Amino acid sequence: MSETGNIIELKDVYKSFGAQQVLKGLNLGIPRGQTTVIIGRSGGGKSVMLKHMIGLIKPNQGEVLVDGINIVRMSDHQLNGVRRRFGMLFQEAALFDSMNVQDNVAFPLREHTKLPERQVLNLVSEKLGMVGLPGVEHKMPSELSGGMRKRVGLARAIALEPEIILYDEPTTGLDPPLSAAINRLIAETQQKLGVTSVVISHDIEGAFLVGQNIAMLYQGKIIAQGSPQEIRDSSDEVVQQFIHGRAEGPIEVI
Amino acid sequence: MGWLRPMEMVGGKFLHWLEEAGELLLLFLQSVLWMMRPPFRLQLLFKQMEFVGVGSLGVTILTGAFTGGVFALQSYHGFSLFGAESLVGSTVALALTRELGPVLTSLMVTGRAGSAMAAELGTMRVTEQIDALYVMAVNPVQYLVVPRILASVAMLPVLTIIADFVGIVGAYVVGVGLLGINHGIFISKIIEYMDFSDISMGLVKAAFFGLILSLVGCFKGFYTSGGAEGVGRATTRAVVLGSVLILASDYVLTAMMF
Repeated sequence: MSETGNIIELKDVYKSFGAQQVLKGLNLGIPRGQTTVIIGRSGGGKSVMLKHMIGLIKPNQGEVLVDGINIVRMSDHQLNGVRRRFGMLFQEAALFDSMNVQDNVAFPLREHTKLPERQVLNLVSEKLGMVGLPGVEHKMPSELSGGMRKRVGLARAIALEPEIILYDEPTTGLDPPLSAAINRLIAETQQKLGVTSVVISHDIEGAFLVGQNIAMLYQGKIIAQGSPQEIRDSSDEVVQQFIHGRAEGPIEVI
Repeated sequence: MGWLRPMEMVGGKFLHWLEEAGELLLLFLQSVLWMMRPPFRLQLLFKQMEFVGVGSLGVTILTGAFTGGVFALQSYHGFSLFGAESLVGSTVALALTRELGPVLTSLMVTGRAGSAMAAELGTMRVTEQIDALYVMAVNPVQYLVVPRILASVAMLPVLTIIADFVGIVGAYVVGVGLLGINHGIFISKIIEYMDFSDISMGLVKAAFFGLILSLVGCFKGFYTSGGAEGVGRATTRAVVLGSVLILASDYVLTAMMF
């Protein structure tokens, strides 16, 4: 248990790919049991930052703490123990296209539990019910629409009832009603399972809807963090320009 | 310093090549490590054995039969100049078991299965399915690479022995059936000149080529970047690099073994 009540902490994280510096001394704490939304420009390193939290990407410099333990120097084998506490929804869902929906959602259950097959299948239908997709067990991912794939991805992410769920742009590319549905799912999942959620988004409305805590990533750093109200009232011009979607301001658009 | 450019290019290529060789070796070491850790994924292994082995049976038989046949035809023309037609059978049999069986089979399987491994893993990489495995605390090297390597190492010798046999049958059909070499002589010369070690060394080579083609295929797929184009590039490079490594290592192995 970390002293600050943060389940995940990124400390002074630097990351570059070739000559391109993506994260430049980023500091961020994710409070336990809440939904934190990270907003910021497309291509601004939000996904990169998210992938640091689960050890998919390692920083060039800095620390990533999960419950106070630095995961940066862990081997894949050691990381597996940490990763079991996480669920992650990928941008394009990343379902295994060689398996049907049922096997996809059952995958983490079969890998990490010794539950009898009957119970696994029950859990799969329960999770698919939770994301509003009952009865699609035998479809292949290629037969589903983008929104359905994301919901199956969410069902897979929550299959093991993780403590922490990471969402990589859950609503990008979806139509407004579906975005709203996904946002509601995120909020419901958080309430039902009492998990810590980290959501990456550039959908401002959704961010204010699901987030109890909002952080803005700009030029490789977190420039503001606080409750939705605090972010709305922020005096930072970059934050104001971003949340109001204005073309003019300190953010160079073109 | 314009005159240094060519050197830079050569040096850069060399460094890139070294880097790639290092990464390939690392993937191999990781695979060995994860091979020995439970869980042992037998189902995935059998699936890959079916894909690499059973799936390549058709092309292996065709390759073997025609190679044996054409080899008999060519050597007959040469040997008949000095009346040594009786040696056609043993020549073909030795060439097939020691060289052509393992090498041609491996090249065909590289084109068929090595490329498929690169394409499949490459697609999984660019669609984040490999990341998803990591996230679900399943090591992708263990889940994807290990079964493919084990299956290839196990199945290539099996395919090779089939190619050897079918090749000799092909040579028999051409030599005895079409060209009129005496049946008894054809067979007895094979038995006289061929040792068991000719076959077994060929099979050792085949197993090694199986390691190469699967490792290269998985390596190119595993480190794919750049979307659909990247997957295409990975597939091509897997076949080219795999084939080149098979041919080059064939020389080294042969020099060491025989």
